[in-house]
Amino acid sequence: MLGINQFPEYQVPGAVQHQFNPYENNGGSIVAIAGDNFAVIGADTRLSAGYNIFTRNHSKLFQLTSSAVLASCGNWCDSDTLTSILQTRVRQYSDTHENKEISLNAIAQLLSTMMYGRRFFPYYVSNILAGIYEGKGYVYSYDPIGHCERHTYRAGGSSSALLQPILDNQIGLKNMEEKPTIPLTVDRAVKLVTDTFISAAERDIYTGDGVKISIITENGVEERQIPLRKD
Amino acid sequence: MNSVLAPEIEQHGFNFSNCRRNEKLIHDGFKPPKATKTGTTIVGIIYKHGVILGADTRATSGNIVSDKNCEKIHFLAKNMYCCGAGTAADTEMTTKMIASQLELHRLNTNRVVPVPCASTLLKQYLFRYQGHVSAALVLGGVDNQGPHIYCIYPHGSTDKLPYATMGSGSLAAMSVFESRWKPDMEEEEGKKLVRDAIAAGIFNDLGSGSNVDLCIIRKDSTQYLRNYELANEKGVRNLDYTYKRGTTGVLSVKKIAFDVVEESTSGIEKMDTN
Repeated sequence: MLGINQFPEYQVPGAVQHQFNPYENNGGSIVAIAGDNFAVIGADTRLSAGYNIFTRNHSKLFQLTSSAVLASCGNWCDSDTLTSILQTRVRQYSDTHENKEISLNAIAQLLSTMMYGRRFFPYYVSNILAGIYEGKGYVYSYDPIGHCERHTYRAGGSSSALLQPILDNQIGLKNMEEKPTIPLTVDRAVKLVTDTFISAAERDIYTGDGVKISIITENGVEERQIPLRKD
Repeated sequence: MNSVLAPEIEQHGFNFSNCRRNEKLIHDGFKPPKATKTGTTIVGIIYKHGVILGADTRATSGNIVSDKNCEKIHFLAKNMYCCGAGTAADTEMTTKMIASQLELHRLNTNRVVPVPCASTLLKQYLFRYQGHVSAALVLGGVDNQGPHIYCIYPHGSTDKLPYATMGSGSLAAMSVFESRWKPDMEEEEGKKLVRDAIAAGIFNDLGSGSNVDLCIIRKDSTQYLRNYELANEKGVRNLDYTYKRGTTGVLSVKKIAFDVVEESTSGIEKMDTN
């Protein structure tokens, strides 16, 4: 796009160039794993900007239904706006469908549509949706402008590049000659999510303080919180 | 004579011959590699019998921690140490070079080198490079005039203070000093204060982290307390991440046969010094 910067000979001293950058990165990491009949999703609880910590206990998990949890990080005010609109839409669905809960795959599509609607002024967020649909575990991940993809495991946020390879190795069992045959239970998935955050807190300055984990089974959503390093 | 086999020995000092090339590379869209920065909390105070310096131990490059336990309190002389914040290479090399100049000065004058002397050498060097040598320093030491703490900024200005903080955690640390520092503190009280100032930086500034290093300089003794406190324990993982032998695939095998030539060596011959 052409602007005054492309025509330096027209720039004059004293001319004010107005610019407004509404985006800020508030850090944070998110991880989700889908099992046969469950899904586990975790997010750290640090909210930061630059070298400052705003709070050590900020939840990036949003329970949408009894079988769907959304994790959202990146720009805090965008994730706040997006999730509150999404929660309203989820409520509207049940109100207009005789209190029937919206299904996980419907939320997945709805979120994609909502985000693409802001194609040219996007929500600056990294989203992962996890839950169960017809008894099976699913994980959906998004880019900031609404591209949606289904996975069995996914990492997002400031430590995504550190965490995704661990999941590729431990769950995807990539590049192995003799693949270990350890079943992916709820217990193992929770421990794996915890361990990835312990590792991320060691090396990523925007991840730490604590990790909040939601375990989604057919019995509903169970929440756990584990402390991380605070430096 | 300049060849690949016998290259000419470079002149000392900085070499700027790649400047033009690098400028063009950046102009063409090349992303230069990041230097290791020490986001850092560094502090120094004057107490009853001398000075106490403190530092955290985190080094970062961008948002990644590149060293979890680095040393930021550098040796200058027996009676002087210097904490460094900024670009790791700059603080390290600058303090090393000044330490060497101070030692030569001590041998020439045959007396304890005064702390203002080190301050002047550092500020003149930093001013010469107009802030491009990004070293922000807290210099502390004891000489015949008594204890001194100096704050030295990357552009070459200095402050002489009873208590000083530098680096990205300087505000967190200074808030501790502003509320609790007083003249003629006892050593234990001073150590506690410096530890708390560094801990404030470690926990409230994302550029600082890991452990607390201290250095106490008295009239006629120095004590370097490396990892005085491990403020953060490393997280313990729940699962086992070892692999069975044979997990990594062997793509191809190529055997190289060597002709083994027997060889024996005797002890080192004594040099003829007659």
